[in-house]
Amino acid sequence: MLQNLITYIGNGTIVTVGVTLVALPMGMVLGLTFGLLYIYGGKWLSRLMTAYSTLMRGVPQIVLLFILYFIIAGSINISPFWAGSIALGVISSAYQMEIFRGALLSVGGGQMMAARAVGLSRWRAIRYIVLPQALRLAIPPWSNEASIVLKDSSLVYALGVPEILRRAQQLSATSQQPFLAFGTAAVIYFILVFTTNRLLDYLEQRTRLPAQL
Amino acid sequence: MDEPILKAQGLTKKYGENVVFKDIDLAVQQGDIIVIIGPSGTGKSTLLRCLNLLTKADGGKIWLDGEEITAPGHNEDEVRQHIGMVFQNFLLFNHLTALDNVMLGLTKVKHLPREQALEKALSELKRVGLADRAGHYPGQLSGGQQQRVAIARALAMDPRVMLFDEPTSALDPELIGEVLEVMRQLALQKMTMLVVTHEMGFAREVANRIIFMEKGSIIEEGTPDELFLRPKFERTREFLWKITELYGHKHETTQPTEDL
Ligand SMILES: Nc1ncnc2c1ncn2[C@@H]1O[C@H](COP(=O)(O)OP(=O)(O)O)[C@@H](O)[C@H]1O
Ligand SMILES: [Mg+2]
Repeated sequence: MLQNLITYIGNGTIVTVGVTLVALPMGMVLGLTFGLLYIYGGKWLSRLMTAYSTLMRGVPQIVLLFILYFIIAGSINISPFWAGSIALGVISSAYQMEIFRGALLSVGGGQMMAARAVGLSRWRAIRYIVLPQALRLAIPPWSNEASIVLKDSSLVYALGVPEILRRAQQLSATSQQPFLAFGTAAVIYFILVFTTNRLLDYLEQRTRLPAQL
Repeated sequence: MDEPILKAQGLTKKYGENVVFKDIDLAVQQGDIIVIIGPSGTGKSTLLRCLNLLTKADGGKIWLDGEEITAPGHNEDEVRQHIGMVFQNFLLFNHLTALDNVMLGLTKVKHLPREQALEKALSELKRVGLADRAGHYPGQLSGGQQQRVAIARALAMDPRVMLFDEPTSALDPELIGEVLEVMRQLALQKMTMLVVTHEMGFAREVANRIIFMEKGSIIEEGTPDELFLRPKFERTREFLWKITELYGHKHETTQPTEDL
């Protein structure tokens, strides 16, 4: 039983981490791009981004996951693991867009103006002045989103991807020890989330700007 | 007379229905130190922003060294390299040290080699008396020091003209002097400057021309003596009286130095 527990749920953990490692960076690239388009893309792109974010965040993730899954799996031939991970990444992009949008807004227009005044182009001002500050500000809310994606990766369970929760469910059914099976799953999730948040806390501290002596 | 460094003709700016200023003519000659005064909301900041193309004017033309910079297709980023700008609220790059603030334009705009940029940046910091603060971040500097770094940042680009937008208005009274002192030094070095300020002592002492703006128009301009001693218009006299009353004792009081 114990042997089973370790290998079975252990493999599930690898799948969960894998889903997260695909979904989070993908959501970040899309979310940051959308956030930049919202702020600097002009009136129409900004409206489009608002519509995207509002729509995506207004529908339960599991419903979106199914819709995206059938779109993705229907158009290209990929495994449920990849289809599910990509779908989660797309869902996360709406939430991450809000994070980066907020961070870019709190850097403020003055920094952009000062950068342009020195002679930097718009894009270089974003790259050298605005982004380094916005990314720092985004770490705490992003850490929160990272833990949400980690936990919500269990949604791909519904697509038959053998991640932690699905493994625990199967183990519970075969071993008749639901508490042990789900308890183990809970502990693993907790460790993953806790570690991720501590690592990001550390990153936040390391990149924090020195203030008043 | 020589070609003006900066010239504007018929400059007009609107925000929607709100006409900020209309038909402004302006010529800044080499070595000019022009002070612009006028009540808040008159369009002084907007005028400066239009002059270095940070804001697009709705009408009129601007020339830098005889070249029309408002012509369609003109490279705006190129233009701004040659026009230094100092803001009321400093606007240092918060994530960079004083030295890196000054170096950024040298490395990323002028593409100087690092060594050369470093040397130039240090000498500019020295020029504003802050060589010993090179490694400090903006958050570790006083307002006066931040503004001096901002001046060094602009000077490092070797601009043809410096625009100052109320450079001391956001400072505690005891910090105003150090910034004005740096500006006085620049004046002695014959830097061409266009300064929006309420510091009348500075204006009288340093400016060779004062422009009084009100409600988006230039009401009167002349030498400091002409404006202070023999203003042509009652409005000019009134404004100067009010501002001297309000700001004249600023260095002794702890009043917040808000815009009028
Ligand atoms: N970005 C903007 N959008 C709309 N109105 C603006 C903007 N910037 C300035 N204004 C308006 O232009 C007028 C002049 O402002 P400003 O140039 O800041 O005056 P001053 O510097 O003389 O106090 C004000 O009425 C202000 O509300
Ligand atoms: Mg102003």
